[in-house]
Amino acid sequence: MSQTHSMTQSNQVNSKEKQKKNAIQLIIEIFAVIVCSIFFLVPFYFIIVNAMKNSADAAQLSIAWPTEFRIWENIVEVIQARDYMLLTAFFNSTVITVVSIVILIFVGSMAAFVLHRRVSKLSKTLSGLFLAGLMIPPAVVPTIWVLEQFGIFKSFTGIILVEAAIQIPFTILLYTGFIAAIPKEIDEAAIIDGTGGLQLFTKIIFPMLKPVHSTVIILNAVTIFNDFVHPLYFFPGSENATVQLTLYNFMSMFNTDWNLLFANVLLITIPPFILFLFFSEKIVSGMAAGAVKG
Amino acid sequence: MKLFSRKALIAIFAALLLLLLAACGSGDSDSDSNETSGDSEDPITLSFLIDNQTVTDGLEAVAEDIEEKFNIQTEFELRPGGTEGDNIVKTRLATDEMTDIMWYNSGSLFQALNPEEHFLDLSGEAFMDRVTDDFKEAVTVGEGVYGVPGESTFAGGWMYNVKVYEELGLEVPTTWDELLANNDKIKEAGKVPVIASFKDTWTSQVILLGDYYNVHSVDPEFADKFTNNEAKFASTPIALAGFEKLQDLQDHGHYNDEETATSYEDAIEMLATGEAAHYPMLTTTLQAINDRFPDQVNDIGFFGQPSDDPDNHGATIWIPATLAVNANSENADAAKQWLEYFVSEEGQETYMANMKAYGPYALHDVELPDDAYTAVKDMMEYQDAGKTAPALEFLSPLKGPNLEQITVEVGLGMVPPEEGADKYDRDVERQAKQLQIEGW
Amino acid sequence: MKSNKIYSYWLLLPALLIYALLFLYPTVVSFFFGFTRWTLTEWEWIGFENFRMFFEEPSLMIGFKNTFIFAFLTAGLKVVVGIFLAVILTSKLKTKRFVRSTIFFPVLVSTIAVGITFSVLMHPSEGLINVVLGMIGIDGPDWLGNPNLAIYSVALVDVWKGLGIATVILIAGMMSIPNDYYEAIQIDGGNKWNAFVHITLPLSRPAINTVVMLALIGGLRTFDLVWAMTGGGPGFSSDLIASIIYKQYQAGFYGLSTAGNVLLFLIVAIIVYPIFRFLNRKEVDL
Repeated sequence: MSQTHSMTQSNQVNSKEKQKKNAIQLIIEIFAVIVCSIFFLVPFYFIIVNAMKNSADAAQLSIAWPTEFRIWENIVEVIQARDYMLLTAFFNSTVITVVSIVILIFVGSMAAFVLHRRVSKLSKTLSGLFLAGLMIPPAVVPTIWVLEQFGIFKSFTGIILVEAAIQIPFTILLYTGFIAAIPKEIDEAAIIDGTGGLQLFTKIIFPMLKPVHSTVIILNAVTIFNDFVHPLYFFPGSENATVQLTLYNFMSMFNTDWNLLFANVLLITIPPFILFLFFSEKIVSGMAAGAVKG
Repeated sequence: MKLFSRKALIAIFAALLLLLLAACGSGDSDSDSNETSGDSEDPITLSFLIDNQTVTDGLEAVAEDIEEKFNIQTEFELRPGGTEGDNIVKTRLATDEMTDIMWYNSGSLFQALNPEEHFLDLSGEAFMDRVTDDFKEAVTVGEGVYGVPGESTFAGGWMYNVKVYEELGLEVPTTWDELLANNDKIKEAGKVPVIASFKDTWTSQVILLGDYYNVHSVDPEFADKFTNNEAKFASTPIALAGFEKLQDLQDHGHYNDEETATSYEDAIEMLATGEAAHYPMLTTTLQAINDRFPDQVNDIGFFGQPSDDPDNHGATIWIPATLAVNANSENADAAKQWLEYFVSEEGQETYMANMKAYGPYALHDVELPDDAYTAVKDMMEYQDAGKTAPALEFLSPLKGPNLEQITVEVGLGMVPPEEGADKYDRDVERQAKQLQIEGW
Repeated sequence: MKSNKIYSYWLLLPALLIYALLFLYPTVVSFFFGFTRWTLTEWEWIGFENFRMFFEEPSLMIGFKNTFIFAFLTAGLKVVVGIFLAVILTSKLKTKRFVRSTIFFPVLVSTIAVGITFSVLMHPSEGLINVVLGMIGIDGPDWLGNPNLAIYSVALVDVWKGLGIATVILIAGMMSIPNDYYEAIQIDGGNKWNAFVHITLPLSRPAINTVVMLALIGGLRTFDLVWAMTGGGPGFSSDLIASIIYKQYQAGFYGLSTAGNVLLFLIVAIIVYPIFRFLNRKEVDL
């Protein structure tokens, strides 16, 4: 993790400004913090505090401090539930997320490279086709039917390819925005040196896309890891549990034990949170380049 | 461009960790001992598909017996219940991915699965002699008999708190009006007359489904006519009555407040603690009550949903779910052995030691023990008097998938009973066409 | 000509293959299976029967109304509130990074987890929201139990969850506006409002468009939040087209479910695509 930025720029703010303005400023500051804490932090506090309670306390649905700390027991119980189903789910979700992201990075960047660089009617049509995927709702049952035809319904292969197919348009969009910023002269120089298309891409372009790779990773990771709908349709079966499906199923199983339900919520929120901790800035820079100007 | 404060993030994260650590110190983890099986011989492992609504204590205990005795392990696989579950079972059968043993509704739902094709015919097995004819009928197609009862028979009707009844000097009603009168008194006494737990939408169906005795006892042909597209809920007054009763209770203000925020578990607590007097439910719920309120479970009685005729007061019963063996299973023999042990005297002893009956057993020579739940004894009175009828779902393969939403709508007074019934008839029509049932 | 060799379509092929087989192909065949009664192995052509049902059956029809309410309400709120927040959070506010981080938090939490949490917070009597409202003398409504309110409550939660991403996109858009413009308007004697109307709004148009499109498309085709919070209920009152598609799938009505997919596709084509074109055309004029 690179701690490159420091917070210098915000601290040396205009000391010349009038005092009155400072007072107003302070009020606004406090107000902003309080309002956003109420709206955005309280629900998280609620999750955490209830995940620590015993069943009876949690049943109060309140934000009161726990009378007994049971976070560890709660977590153990959630993990052990249904024969360690949550562990299976974590494994499955991780496999699905990681593999589909690897696919998306390679396949998406290559496609974006060609789509942006090649100027022809066909590539324009294809771009349009991919872009349409951002809007078109996936056709559910026909997709199941197709998966069954290939014999990959309810398999890792099936769900991974579906997740990839659904995320390809957005991934290509992100990459196209970045590739557009890479001067074509770089390509031309390489071509003059006799580099072929594949080499140009793998040796020169792909490494230059590093910043957007991070964006692609985190955005897709959060989306796919948190995905409920597609595993629900395309990866059914209890041995195929994913973290979100497991949470959903626990909703009926733990319906009096809110402490366990929230312990589960807490556990499955940690991975995206850690990702965010490391990649938070990339999300934005990626969006600025891809979605905003794209 | 720096948009987020990493410091803030780390601070929040650290606070979270600290909280976790602080909490860890105060608790000790009870680590489950991992059982290691002593047998070194390769055990056979049977897969067993069951829905996640059923309490499996009894089955699991029997499975442990079987592992000890025959070195056959059982791996339970859970699936959702309801229509979603039906669908999963159907697709798994169609794609030949069914488990060795399967737990499923008996009756027409089971018969609609094409048992001849998918399940082992057990009619020739000696242990089938122990199974009652009533049950066999529910799992018979042509000459073949395809399952054994996986649980006791149960009933759907009104669970009531006996203590509340005693306190208020009420008597078990034999007509709908008497029931409403009781409700009024209960409400006056400041208690909830009838629990509506519409957060778990499936619970809203019981008033309609449990009314089927009143239909069947007047018109035993209804189920067939319904299946053959000759009778509709909306146009059959006795059938429509079930929807009307749902609304009646709302109109009289007999339900609790916050119906849609009240869950099944909330309802159990309300009933067991006497906060509420009635809960229209299946007797299987006794198991759940016993788990959470073992001291109160015998305060709970049962009566069938009354009609307007005091002389015809009976109960609607649910035939036990069936255990069927996958015909294409590689372990079919072991699976048969499993069933044989399950219905044997020994197997049932283990079963009953871990799971009390929520109704009479569908096996010969297996009597209800004296310490059976009060509500089950109440239910037996209907059984002994011959005043029972199976629920419609055992007599007709048609059960519209949207029934639970429709009964919520009618129960909440969002739509009148006639409209609800009409909606349900159309729902059934869609299903009948999908299932390609003749006459639709 | 040479460039065609360099930028070979072979590099495009893997993406196209996955996308075409598992996304485009199912979409295309849905236009056939939507007209059938279908069991995945067998089908029977029934013409417009499925579509007729969608428009005649109240429990299916309600999905259209709710989907429009949900999509437009959430998109609108995300844009309006998002712009408001983005302006504040690009100002000199010292705590802006803290605030940004907090607002972005919900984006990381899964929809199901958010749904579970808010269905507890929105409990009519014991939920935190109504408890707090009660303290200041307001008798809070039954957020999820009132059939007329449920879909709006879910929409509000969706805004809560999605606001972070909308705001961040808008912030990124606003931060990319060169400072010269603001200096220029200051010299011309314009106040902050003028700067907002004449510079911030028009120049962050691409970001605003992105937010509108993302929110609108997302709102039209999601159902997981509704599913976790109300299951489409009470009754059918908060069903969306997407949740109806799922319910028909669950029930085994594959043809009907696919017809729902086709209708959703058409709605996107008829409503969202023109909006998309309109927004993009306007951008060019600037």
